[in-house]
Amino acid sequence: MQAFEYVAAQTVPEAVAVLKEKGQQARVLAGGTDLIVQVREAKRDVDWMVDIKAIPEVNVLTHDSQNGLRLGAAVPCYQIYGTESICESFPALVDATKIIGGTAIQGRACVGGNLCNASPAADCIPPLIVLNAICVIAGPGGEKELPVGAFCTGPGQTALERGEMLVALKIPQPSSHSSSYYLRFIPRNEMDIAVVGAGAAVTLDAAQETIVSARIALAAVAPTPLFAEEASALLAGREISDAAIDEAAAAAQAIARPISDMRGTAEQRTHLVGVLTRRALKGAIQRVLDA
Amino acid sequence: MARKTHVQTQINGDSVEFLCEARQSLLEVLRDELQLTGAKEGCNNGNCGACSVILDGRLVNSCLVLGVETGGKVVETVEGLAAPDRLHPIQDAFLENAALQCGICTPGFLMSAKALLDNNPNPTEPEVRYWLAGNLCRCTGYDKIVRAVLDAAAAM
Ligand SMILES: Cc1cc2nc3c(=O)[nH]c(=O)nc-3n(C[C@H](O)[C@H](O)[C@H](O)COP(=O)(O)OP(=O)(O)OC[C@H]3O[C@@H](n4cnc5c(N)ncnc54)[C@H](O)[C@@H]3O)c2cc1C
Ligand code: FES
Ligand code: FES
Repeated sequence: MQAFEYVAAQTVPEAVAVLKEKGQQARVLAGGTDLIVQVREAKRDVDWMVDIKAIPEVNVLTHDSQNGLRLGAAVPCYQIYGTESICESFPALVDATKIIGGTAIQGRACVGGNLCNASPAADCIPPLIVLNAICVIAGPGGEKELPVGAFCTGPGQTALERGEMLVALKIPQPSSHSSSYYLRFIPRNEMDIAVVGAGAAVTLDAAQETIVSARIALAAVAPTPLFAEEASALLAGREISDAAIDEAAAAAQAIARPISDMRGTAEQRTHLVGVLTRRALKGAIQRVLDA
Repeated sequence: MARKTHVQTQINGDSVEFLCEARQSLLEVLRDELQLTGAKEGCNNGNCGACSVILDGRLVNSCLVLGVETGGKVVETVEGLAAPDRLHPIQDAFLENAALQCGICTPGFLMSAKALLDNNPNPTEPEVRYWLAGNLCRCTGYDKIVRAVLDAAAAM
């Protein structure tokens, strides 16, 4: 691996100061499961790694029904699926954290790192989009917030500016009769990157017959993970039915702009968007009915 | 020469100090600086699990941890598994079940299995299979390995 300097920042301002001074030559180190591989394979030229794991704010994990979830940027996957109340309220995020790599990867890999790496196929991003996550960003000018849907700007590209870092994600508590679901297609059972991923969140009425609102998001079918706005909107107020779900799936397919690569052809990916959108919606609805 | 950092850590119960460059992985530190060659380098990118060690109680790929990140932490490697006078029950079960051939994957499987059984002393077969999904073996086949881990759980 190329030589670089390592700083274990103790505070957010300390990390921000290094990131501001070094600019493109510095990268935040969270779990390192993307960054170390990229530097070793010379896909990223880094002179400074700024380890944030000793900073208290990025290790916060709090959840209550008033304030929702606050997830520090350096909380590893295993802590998400290991927290019962998160499994109950944010199951789509739990689905994603359980399928990232294997056990050893999940011991290090963070949701924040998955987001900041900004892969079009990142498994946590569709769940964050459908759960309305807000990014808490610290920078030289102080703290700001950005909806997660505006965070990724291209493959490996984010809205973070010089000197900025992700501190935490805030996810509002879903209303009652809500649930969510994430799944992906891979050619094997585990340890692979999504050919397509789809997440859905739904809120049903008290009678659990009508969809009050829904959100659908897709991975690996465009340069960034996508919020399927029209597909989501057309479900609002509809009775739960295969016809409504099929319409949403078709609308989701219409916004997919996939490429063909070694994992799958564009045609297969577009087909999968339909299949996975239906399954994600049905999975989320079923979770409400089962609760 | 790049700058070297002094790191103090605990490995297999012993307090250990070493000097390393920031770019050296924990795997390189273990093998090249500390002559603990149990952890193996397979892929060097997080896919094969041959480098698995336990860091502060969590299973990690030591190829994806920097040596400098381990200051003040507790590291367990395969060298610390057996007691001075006898093998660990997981090691016995691997021998009994013929769960290794060339053996390059074995230290990783042993540490992964140890982390599993520390966490969940009575795993089901699917739990064992999913837990071990990040460890690859190219010659023995997984059935014998899974059976060995289930036998070790029963014996412990
Ligand atoms: C074997 C293997 C299997 C994998 N499987 C999957 C999979 O199934 N699905 C999937 O989506 N991914 C997978 N990954 C990729 C990776 O594990 C995930 O993307 C992981 O969530 C990254 O998190 P991290 O904490 O390790 O990030 P890091 O590697 O520490 O960081 C990733 C990037 O984000 C930046 N960054 C991190 N935190 C911040 C912050 N707070 N502020 C600003 N920038 C930041 C870093 O500078 C770096 O560029 C896999 C990786 C490996 C090695
Ligand atoms: S060498 Fe670390 S996972 Fe393969
Ligand atoms: S025994 Fe040879 S790779 Fe597993």
